[in-house]
Amino acid sequence: MRDVAIIGIGQTEVGEHWETSLRHLALRALQGAMQDAGVTQVDAIYVGNMLSGELAGQEHVGALVADFAGLRGVEAFKVEAACGSGAAALRMGYMAVASGLVNLVAVVGVEKMTDALGPDTTSALALAADGEYEAAQGVTFVALNAMLMRRYMYEYGYSHQDFAPFAVNAHRNGVNNPYAMFRFPITPERFATAPMICDPINLLDSSPICDGAAAVVLAPAEAARALSTKPVRIAASAVGTDTLAIHDRRDPLVLDGAILSTRRAYEQAGVGPQDIDLFELHDAFSIMAVLSLEAAGFAERGRGLRLALEGEIGISGRIPVSTMGGLKARGHPVGATGVYQVVEVVQQLRGEAGANQVPDARLGMAQNIGGSGATVITHILERME
Amino acid sequence: MNVAGNWRLQQQRYRLVGEECEKCGTLIFPPRDLCPECEAPAKMPYVFSGQGEVYSYSTIYSPPRGFEEFAPYTVALIRLKEGPMLTAQLTDVESDKVYIGMPVEMVTRKIQGGDEGNPIVYGYKFRPAHLG
Amino acid sequence: MLKPDRPVGIVGYGAYIPRYRLPATEVDRIWTNGQGGTPVREKAVAGPDEDVVTISIEAARNALARAGEVRPSLIRAVWVGSESHPYAVKPTSTIVAEAIGATPYTQAGDWEFACKAGTEAFQAALGFVGSGMARYALVVGADTAQARPGDDLEYTAGAGGAAYLLGPAEESLAVVEGSCSYVTDTPDFWRRAYQRYPSHGGRFTGQPAYFKHIVAAAQGLMAALDRQPSDYTYVVFHQPNVKFPQTVGKQLGFTSQQLAPGMLCNEIGNTYAGSSLLGLTAVLDVAAPGERVLLVSYGSGAGSDAISLLITGAITERQGRAPRTRDYIARRVEIDYATYVRYAGKLIM
Repeated sequence: MRDVAIIGIGQTEVGEHWETSLRHLALRALQGAMQDAGVTQVDAIYVGNMLSGELAGQEHVGALVADFAGLRGVEAFKVEAACGSGAAALRMGYMAVASGLVNLVAVVGVEKMTDALGPDTTSALALAADGEYEAAQGVTFVALNAMLMRRYMYEYGYSHQDFAPFAVNAHRNGVNNPYAMFRFPITPERFATAPMICDPINLLDSSPICDGAAAVVLAPAEAARALSTKPVRIAASAVGTDTLAIHDRRDPLVLDGAILSTRRAYEQAGVGPQDIDLFELHDAFSIMAVLSLEAAGFAERGRGLRLALEGEIGISGRIPVSTMGGLKARGHPVGATGVYQVVEVVQQLRGEAGANQVPDARLGMAQNIGGSGATVITHILERME
Repeated sequence: MNVAGNWRLQQQRYRLVGEECEKCGTLIFPPRDLCPECEAPAKMPYVFSGQGEVYSYSTIYSPPRGFEEFAPYTVALIRLKEGPMLTAQLTDVESDKVYIGMPVEMVTRKIQGGDEGNPIVYGYKFRPAHLG
Repeated sequence: MLKPDRPVGIVGYGAYIPRYRLPATEVDRIWTNGQGGTPVREKAVAGPDEDVVTISIEAARNALARAGEVRPSLIRAVWVGSESHPYAVKPTSTIVAEAIGATPYTQAGDWEFACKAGTEAFQAALGFVGSGMARYALVVGADTAQARPGDDLEYTAGAGGAAYLLGPAEESLAVVEGSCSYVTDTPDFWRRAYQRYPSHGGRFTGQPAYFKHIVAAAQGLMAALDRQPSDYTYVVFHQPNVKFPQTVGKQLGFTSQQLAPGMLCNEIGNTYAGSSLLGLTAVLDVAAPGERVLLVSYGSGAGSDAISLLITGAITERQGRAPRTRDYIARRVEIDYATYVRYAGKLIM
């Protein structure tokens, strides 16, 4: 097994790209990453995407992206793991390079959601849940998270307003990220009065439906220094799974998949939660951010929310999260998200995060969650000295 | 409309037919043919009573395609009396009357009315116990 | 008179009435500025996820709960009478049979004869069980009745149903003493294929239709059994409104005391194929051993089925095994006309 490094990153602004199609979004991110890496050729492309068929009317996007990127002929395919598709594609790329089978890999995460109408998008996102026993009952993806949030509030005695720090933090950080969808701050008061979507989840508890693409270029670590001035090593790449359906879980308020995924990642990197300088977590809904913090070992069960309430999730806090806006403010183009998270961790480790720079960030973690916790993919990245 | 797919699930949808593990006695719903506790094959049918309580719930105002006619509706995680948990709609209850721990009972209702050209899908929903 | 060779009775019975109620004053408010009369106080309306299938399933489950130890696999027929079967082609009865666990070795069929579709299925089951071909047969009468907006029928066209498990008399809570049908070709009410709402003959639905057939069937059966109205503790008629059953009861010589326990029309409207059979479940809920019940249905088109029942000692213990008819009536959520329009599928989406 070889060490693998990220030698280039690229991303499009997250938002409503009315003028740009799925393939061109992917292309822009891919070209950005290759330019950043200073390469004109790769050996393989792995495209992370969840809903191209449902929402953009296009499957088979691996070869499509290769073709339109002028890379016709290279190995290319799509990787799907619901909202975890982006990190799943990165994991494929990591394994390909680590194994020695492939040298240069481009990983692209892309999602084009705004071409579809609301109810179709709602139905499509529910495909991440158990089709026969969750989605078939008319349950939406938001509702599944809402049920977790309500139960969490019930078991630990929190109020809805206690979740405000996550949205406030994400929006504060989004202001300084030129690629973020929402670049305005919000107040706890605004959080309190946001329109209800699916009780108790309100508009500011949830990430937006949007378009976007992000990409990275991977190379063997030993070659990375020659190719890049600021390579970032993938210190760990790990996956944990759990039941698709929440009702089948041992305890719905414990993300077993995330516990497995982070434990494996910590073991591979030889580190623990105390060593992580920043954590790009999967804050598709604020309840997911809480459960992730607990599963990743930053807080005891029922205490994840306390971290936020005590101000520990900000840039200068004990464990900064959503440092470039997170899913909440940067946006959550579902299949692209996992790659955006990694791109942002790379920005932090390179010292390129601008006003949101976490001081002397050396070790960053990104965690991408598919569905309500069935696929959890964790990457730990390390600045190469 | 997935006609065969819905037909295949009728037994569990109409009357909560799950499974019992012959090795360790675990009761299983939804059926999965493999015991989640001891991994032994589990195919012995077990009909659940339909009694349970609300573990958590939420109300849907923006439904997915095919469920528009029922909106707004409340969905819930239900802990069955026999142990397993399932996801289902609540019916015959106003959303502001639902609470965690509320006793509920299974009824068979229309899950999807279908448009004029498609079959109707019937299945389990839950209402407050003892008719509410 | 229809009388089986082997004595047959009701082993279990069950009611179902949806929880929503539309006060007749709401229809009056919309269509006559509140100036018209109201033939009933209110009617039961099916919720958006209810139809004849779901109504029949719950009524059937209640009937099986009262029957106690009867294994559903021993039921040899599942018959559902209705004029609002959800499908034009595709049986209601197979869905009900599947849901109660009676499939696959059973007869299943949907019956249709306006508001007496349920009692004619009941009579057919008498033959099925009485002949010895079946140990048990399940019959349901249920409807989610349709009415053209603004029509007189809109005040009353309600939703509900009742199920009966027929079996050997020795297992029964009520024994069938005999039955009589009286049928003619009388076009008082009809719905052509592909029509959304039924049409009717106005006052023609009265004397030559409802009254003539009910009186003839009731008198025919009482004559054959050598009975007088005073031999019955209870009488139940089809209930299209409050007035008709009261009038026909008087004509036949029954008192309002005999009629009252089974009169539900004022509270749930006319549940069509469910109407007289729900009246009977309400009576069975309160009946005592040794009492007699006369049931007379009416179906437009037209015909009446009269059935004479003798309550047995088994009833007392079974009454409480499932929700009573009055429990469903008490479970009441009032809705306005707009909500009714939505629930009844009158809103074009």
